[in-house]
Amino acid sequence: MTTGREHHMTSAVTAADLAPTAYAWEIEATGLKVRVGRKRMAVDGLDLRLGTGVHGLLGPNGAGKTTLIRTLATVLRPTGGTLEMLGEPVGGPGEHRALRRRIGYLPQEFGYYKRFTVREFVEYMAWLKEVPKADVPAAVQRAVERVGLADRADERMKALSGGMVRRVGIAQALVNDPAVLLLDEPTVGLDPAQRLRFRELLQELGTDTCVLVSTHLVEDVAAACTDVVLFAEGRLVFQGTPDELAAAGGPEHVGDSPLERGYSALLQNPDRERGSW
Amino acid sequence: MSGEHASQRIIEGYAHGGTGLAADEVWAVEAHLEACRVCRDRLSAVVAAGVPAVASLVDTVWSGLEPRLTVTPAMRRGRLRRAWLSRLPRWATPAMVPWLAMAVAVTLLALVLDLVGTGTGRVSMVLLFAPVLPVLGVAASWSRGLDPAYELTASAPRAGLDLVLRRTASVLGVVVPVLLVCGWATGVMVAQWLLPCLAFTAATLALGGVVGVTRAAVALAVVWAVVVVAPTAAAGRTAVTLRTDGLPVWALLLALGTGVVIARRGAYSVLRTHR
Repeated sequence: MTTGREHHMTSAVTAADLAPTAYAWEIEATGLKVRVGRKRMAVDGLDLRLGTGVHGLLGPNGAGKTTLIRTLATVLRPTGGTLEMLGEPVGGPGEHRALRRRIGYLPQEFGYYKRFTVREFVEYMAWLKEVPKADVPAAVQRAVERVGLADRADERMKALSGGMVRRVGIAQALVNDPAVLLLDEPTVGLDPAQRLRFRELLQELGTDTCVLVSTHLVEDVAAACTDVVLFAEGRLVFQGTPDELAAAGGPEHVGDSPLERGYSALLQNPDRERGSW
Repeated sequence: MSGEHASQRIIEGYAHGGTGLAADEVWAVEAHLEACRVCRDRLSAVVAAGVPAVASLVDTVWSGLEPRLTVTPAMRRGRLRRAWLSRLPRWATPAMVPWLAMAVAVTLLALVLDLVGTGTGRVSMVLLFAPVLPVLGVAASWSRGLDPAYELTASAPRAGLDLVLRRTASVLGVVVPVLLVCGWATGVMVAQWLLPCLAFTAATLALGGVVGVTRAAVALAVVWAVVVVAPTAAAGRTAVTLRTDGLPVWALLLALGTGVVIARRGAYSVLRTHR
């Protein structure tokens, strides 16, 4: 059997793909401070280095996780310290256009337009992210397929369940093939099966992308993350592998799993004691 | 056979399963077949003539595939209409639609009041409201509270002055034609409403670069109410600011606002403008 078209082999690797990276870490923060409102320092003197892989950002409510992620997404500007992403300093004057093109971001409150179909919304996001016009249809289709919504792509967003809307949020974050992927509470609203599928996707992405996932579910971290960042009151408490986190906890600490015990052991610092929660 | 194509011996050997060929010959012929239609045709002729096992396998695969290949996906109804609709958000977000509708409704209401000639006597309502109308739409275009996707927009590379200007242009594109019709119907000079209207829009953007577009819009609407609407209502005649001798001042304000926007163009890519 023959096809009408002849195939010509062309190199799929461009000069940009072969260029060596000019930075050691995708995300490098030194003494980073971010003020929220008039007084409160939500991130207060953070030193953090993140490379390729899946990094789980854990911490109690109000620890500053969302503020940190919004700063990394260049939505908020640092108040003090230095922040370098993909080798480019963040926070100075300038639009960070080139940097933003290489970032994928799922905000905690993922807002969308109800009357748009999934495809239209992801297409619109691809346009906002300046994906080259010729690549948009393929990039949108790939992103929608990766989150398993190919069969619902032409349905309006208002007809989708909460878990599906969340997956559209993940698809729009992936549409520009980001080098840094920032996901704020991506597993909220996903059922157990979807959560398993999502962890697989994370592991797949983590092979060549710097993924930062904020979550308060310790089991997400155990299953999908290569690295744990424990964050409390704007400061880094711990950074290491899930096994190291588990090793920090002993039988005397609160929790149902080794990771939870490690988590409560590290947060049980006497001067962090406040309230009953 | 020419040197560019596989020999008949190799093609026949490949059709019979490649067992009689050296491994490098199999690789070479496979790579060649991928790129060469002539040799694929020859291979299929050999298979059809002399290798019934492969021929029947190919037929089975084809009979399974064919029904699926002949079905072309039906074009969704309204797909073409949606094609241009899907480009609209590049100019205006759905969040702006109700605000634009309100601006148009207020304009038409002012027109009706002017034509009926009630209340304020010689004051034109269209003239009185023209400058603040586009400001309403501009405010909605960059509002954190009104636009659900504002956080995503704020983190996108395209966020910045050109997106602000696109949305402002779409607001003016709706409001100005409506005002043009109203101005023509009530006999107000075009420059008399167009200059204050543009000056207010430019001032909103200029101030918006500092305090956020929505805040700037609210502040300017209040200023407008205090400086123009209140004296007009109190005196029962058109305020000095709206008469033809005020036009150079409006032109100056427009130029000033535009200048500030251009000078501070970098400021529009940060969140402040979205508050």
